[in-house]
Amino acid sequence: MTTGTGLALTWRKIPERYNLMGSKCDNCGESFFPSRKICPNCRRRGRIRKEKFSGKGKIYSYTLVASPPSGFELEAPYPMVIVQLDEGARVTAQLVDTAYENVKIGAPVQVVFRKIQEEGKEGLIHYGFKFKMTPGK
Amino acid sequence: MDGGGMWIAGYGAYVPRFRIAAEEITKIWGEEASRIKEGLGIAEKSVPDIDEDSATIAVEAARNAMYHAGLKDPTEIGAIFFGSESPPYAVKPAASIVAEAIQATPALTAADLEFACKAGTAGIQCVMGMCASGMIRYGMAIGSDTSQGRPGDALEYSAGAGGAAFILGGEKADAVADIKHTCSYTTDTPDFWRRPGADFPSHGGRFTGEPAYFKHVISASQMLMKETGVKAEDLDYAVFHQPNGKFPVQAAKMLGIEKGKIMPGLITPLIGNTYSAASMLGLAATLDVAKPGQRIMATSFGSGAGSDSFLIEVLDGIDAKRGRARAVKSFVDDKEYVDYGTYAKYRRKLKSL
Repeated sequence: MTTGTGLALTWRKIPERYNLMGSKCDNCGESFFPSRKICPNCRRRGRIRKEKFSGKGKIYSYTLVASPPSGFELEAPYPMVIVQLDEGARVTAQLVDTAYENVKIGAPVQVVFRKIQEEGKEGLIHYGFKFKMTPGK
Repeated sequence: MDGGGMWIAGYGAYVPRFRIAAEEITKIWGEEASRIKEGLGIAEKSVPDIDEDSATIAVEAARNAMYHAGLKDPTEIGAIFFGSESPPYAVKPAASIVAEAIQATPALTAADLEFACKAGTAGIQCVMGMCASGMIRYGMAIGSDTSQGRPGDALEYSAGAGGAAFILGGEKADAVADIKHTCSYTTDTPDFWRRPGADFPSHGGRFTGEPAYFKHVISASQMLMKETGVKAEDLDYAVFHQPNGKFPVQAAKMLGIEKGKIMPGLITPLIGNTYSAASMLGLAATLDVAKPGQRIMATSFGSGAGSDSFLIEVLDGIDAKRGRARAVKSFVDDKEYVDYGTYAKYRRKLKSL
């Protein structure tokens, strides 16, 4: 049986979802995630290239998702965060392994590899990045 | 291609944060907690989050192994073997997911292996052969599992989750330990199995002990000692597969190895049996504290049944790499308890999930 309408799209996004592959403009120095083909600041003068982000950053903002989109019911309520990556770009993702009352703006976080969604019991399993608070040393 | 040697360039661990205590499970099934804890030697076990499976655990362990080995160019890895009895797909490799997640693709070979609890160490032997023959310069073997126990069964107190990844090969001067020798002992012994499509495994109860675990672990370990001439007193540490907290202690006693030598690698009492990862996490925890020049014997066991035994000598390179990646102990100590209901949801033990 042929299934999974988004197969090609999912497959194309593997570098982005598994390894935080974004892009950076060498002309203005700005980092982008998801990656861009043209730098919106520099246009023709932009020198855009792929860049793998380290996965380290700080919480820029957060919220608690109590009413989740379909496919995420079992995880709710779960925190969503906007992470300001060390390289500058901002990424929106789920925060795991952390009680909501401990989530704070400015707290250091690091990327983890988790299951994002499953297409039922027989479909594809989508993997990708989430974040967790960096354990204190 | 310039082959790497049969030594460990680095290793990495991963254990999920959640734990369920034996008391929380006995409460549901009306059993005596003290009897279970004493009988199995397990106080609590690790529970994977709802978005964790053996592939995500393998990726975390593999990334930690990359930090530990200090491998700058992941495409130098020529082989990845993923050993598990709980792979996310029945058909579709998880080894390729790991390869992509550590950016080792595309010029490498990869495969998933299954041999109950010893597929990870079988992977180490595959990588050893490929390195020694010159086929590859570096190779990675992973043991990773999120194993299931039938509700109410003894396995429910023991089936945990965790992973360990070992990178072999490269230059001996950079390596953390040398694998001096390996040998295996395999027979067709039906002590534990899971048929396709079955949610939970079946096992032979007491039959999993004497004719299965002890026969294979003791025979492989004795074979290794005979082939290398190393005696129990020559070993600084020993690691055995640990389906519970008692079998490895008994195995050490049978081999004349002091109990203290297995304690650094005995972590099942605190995180449960991590199946394919159990002996590898035990070895990683032992390497975390071992000093250059010390000797470790590590013997795995997989039901069905077989054991792989290794004689490992710690090298000077271990000191330079210590602290680069999280030690096993830091994963064991970092925990949050869940109740039985949460555990049933995370492990999808309810029919509607």
